[in-house]
Amino acid sequence: MTHIDLTVVWAGIIAFAVFAYVLMDGFDLGIGILFPAFAVGEERDQAMNSIAPVWDGNETWLVLGGGGLFAAFPLAYAIILPATYPLMIAMLLGLVFRGVAFEFRSRDPAHRAYWDAAFTLGSVTATVAQGITLGAVLQGIRVADNAYAGGWLDWLSPFTLLTGASLVLGYALLGASWLIWKTEGAAQAHARRMALVLGIATLIAMAAVSAATPFLHYDYWRRWFSVPGVYLTAQIPLLLLITAAMFFRGLRHGNERLPFLMVLALFFLNFVGLGVSVYPYLVPRSVTIWDAAAPPQSQLFMLIGTAVIFPVIIGYTAWAYWVFRGKAGVHGYH
Amino acid sequence: MLDHLDPVVLARAQFAFTVSFHFIFPAFSIGLSSYLMVLEALWLKTGQPLYLDLFKYWVKIFAVAFGMGVVSGIVMSYQFGTNWSVYSYRAGPIVGPLMAYEVLTAFFLEAGFLGVMLFGMTKVGKSLHFFATSMVALGTLVSATWIISVNSWMQTPVGFAINANGQFVPGGSWWPIVFNPSFPYQFVHTVIAAYLTTALTVGGVGAWHLLSDSANPHARTMFSMAMWMAALVAPLQILAGDAQGLNTLEYQPVKVLAMEGDYESSPDGAPLILFGLPNDADASVHDRLEIPKIGSLVLLHDLHAPLRGLKDFPRDTWPPVPVVFWSFRIMVGLGLAILGLGLWSLVARARRRLYDSTWLHRAAVLMGPAGFVAVIAGWVTTEVGRQPYTIYGQLLTVDSHSPLAAPAVAISLLVFIVVYFTVFGAGTGYVLKMMGRPPMPRDDELPRGPRHAAGITPSHGIKPAEAP
Repeated sequence: MTHIDLTVVWAGIIAFAVFAYVLMDGFDLGIGILFPAFAVGEERDQAMNSIAPVWDGNETWLVLGGGGLFAAFPLAYAIILPATYPLMIAMLLGLVFRGVAFEFRSRDPAHRAYWDAAFTLGSVTATVAQGITLGAVLQGIRVADNAYAGGWLDWLSPFTLLTGASLVLGYALLGASWLIWKTEGAAQAHARRMALVLGIATLIAMAAVSAATPFLHYDYWRRWFSVPGVYLTAQIPLLLLITAAMFFRGLRHGNERLPFLMVLALFFLNFVGLGVSVYPYLVPRSVTIWDAAAPPQSQLFMLIGTAVIFPVIIGYTAWAYWVFRGKAGVHGYH
Repeated sequence: MLDHLDPVVLARAQFAFTVSFHFIFPAFSIGLSSYLMVLEALWLKTGQPLYLDLFKYWVKIFAVAFGMGVVSGIVMSYQFGTNWSVYSYRAGPIVGPLMAYEVLTAFFLEAGFLGVMLFGMTKVGKSLHFFATSMVALGTLVSATWIISVNSWMQTPVGFAINANGQFVPGGSWWPIVFNPSFPYQFVHTVIAAYLTTALTVGGVGAWHLLSDSANPHARTMFSMAMWMAALVAPLQILAGDAQGLNTLEYQPVKVLAMEGDYESSPDGAPLILFGLPNDADASVHDRLEIPKIGSLVLLHDLHAPLRGLKDFPRDTWPPVPVVFWSFRIMVGLGLAILGLGLWSLVARARRRLYDSTWLHRAAVLMGPAGFVAVIAGWVTTEVGRQPYTIYGQLLTVDSHSPLAAPAVAISLLVFIVVYFTVFGAGTGYVLKMMGRPPMPRDDELPRGPRHAAGITPSHGIKPAEAP
């Protein structure tokens, strides 16, 4: 194992888990965000049924992201979570509300409107909290003696509010394009209209965040714009433009899957861009992955299991999606 | 005003509140998923639709309970970092990987197959569906294995070294860490407790419906299965509890002495204090009712075995004795009551009065929630009994918490309390409503719209537009 840096491997695994979470829970949080826009009745039931069998699995990636960070990079876990305390609590409570709404709304038709509202409120809260957390990590966290050294509202700034709002748009776009794939008829046409507006709004938000990030710190500026690195980093916005063009083209030509796949690609490019800005830091400019790393015995112990179990997880997750392939119906239990 | 509060006390209250609330759901879903697996297996084996009806009756309840377990569990996985960051940093290299394994081997398994279990009966065929149900049941047990490994390591930490940063790191092999000295005892005791909790709930529901219609075959079957479980497993649980007590006496004597209320040492056999009012201030149990020598018999299986007292240990290593003393008595008392119910059911069964004994059914309804109370009381005993440490003997609770301001924690605690009681209160209400509906043949083909359930629990009408 001397030739492989376990810490880098683990950074890759955590990045994969976080990205898988953003994509998979992103579209079902997005459906929660858009829920008030759906007509009460069949459109809402279709939207809910398209994610009911898979949301729990999707959210498990969040637990893996958090648990993996705890295990592989305990220092980063111990700094970032206290630094974003109110955000984490808000996110968790948001996830409580939207998680129970799946079952509760079908158990209690008399109060369905309340649980639908809880579903939306919970989804929006969780998304805003995640978006602000991302912004807070990017703008930097005060660290002293291996611990968080700031106040409990340090995360609040115009930049973090921008990242929070942007993620709401992004997740809503994921949700709308997922519904283009999973629904038909009027619901699908509605999703298509929403995806168009959200696509434009998300691109504007991405541009704003991308423009603001290099001004947070000179280091970010240097990473993106110094020669010769800029020839490589410039490919990212270029690919973004191509992806966006294909997304709008897919929408216009009535393609059912292309819009969703292109939004996934957009998120991927953003994620790579994030990597360009922060790697190898976990807490930008104070804690690198090597500073935060758990000892090799811990990382190796987990890596052996992960190497065996990951393919199995991906296998049965794919199977579960395949079982529920096709258009979502209006009926829940069979 | 909030600034005067102690952030450590608040953080402890928050963790205790959220974890207690959380554990109610796994305590039920560990047992219920296994019960569903048994019901589906019986249906596949015998072809009797009754078992499928029961499966469908309980799987809907399972879906609600499991959902609440998931969302309250995600909270737990982040609270280590939000509120106990110093603990997380220092113990992360040991407990982190164990929890990561829980996610990888259990949470994904449960979540991956849950959708098929709940919604996929018509999509994948009977055997694959049974496989999915079995995987969910297996997932709950695997989850219990890892998290008990974490908890038991915090009770009996072994196999570690301390590195230059003051972190707990594996000393060599992971084997002694995962299978630490208290792990097997705690695991067996916890899993049996979950099975008993489910059996009592199922039995309580069956009994409730037998009280209105003692001929209902579905109610009869679930009541009978549950009472077999209570009668056979409650004695095993008492043995498992005794074994865990002996293990705790070896590794955490102070906890056992607090449970027993033994402040003074007893060179010639300790008494068994049945009841009393322990007082840490003057280190004595007031108004006590005790049986001489029996304490030593229970703990050491010898009437005259000497037993140390709390006063033989430094005062600052004592847990808060009254809490541990009382939670332990609640757990044991309920355990004995469960055993009594199981024995009563055996007698009724032998006399062929299992389905007609109104008093037995009333007792079973009353005991329906007993498992939950006993399980929480047991956890309070072992967790409060571990104080003043998070990692027993190694890391003090006061040295484990996050650098957070008191107002932040006070507000979050308040919000957790309000949200949990509202959300999980509503969810528990839905579960009770579903339980109040009598189990019927072909449960999925109930006519939509209100019906008169003549003579059957009139207060629990069937909701219109119940999902098919």
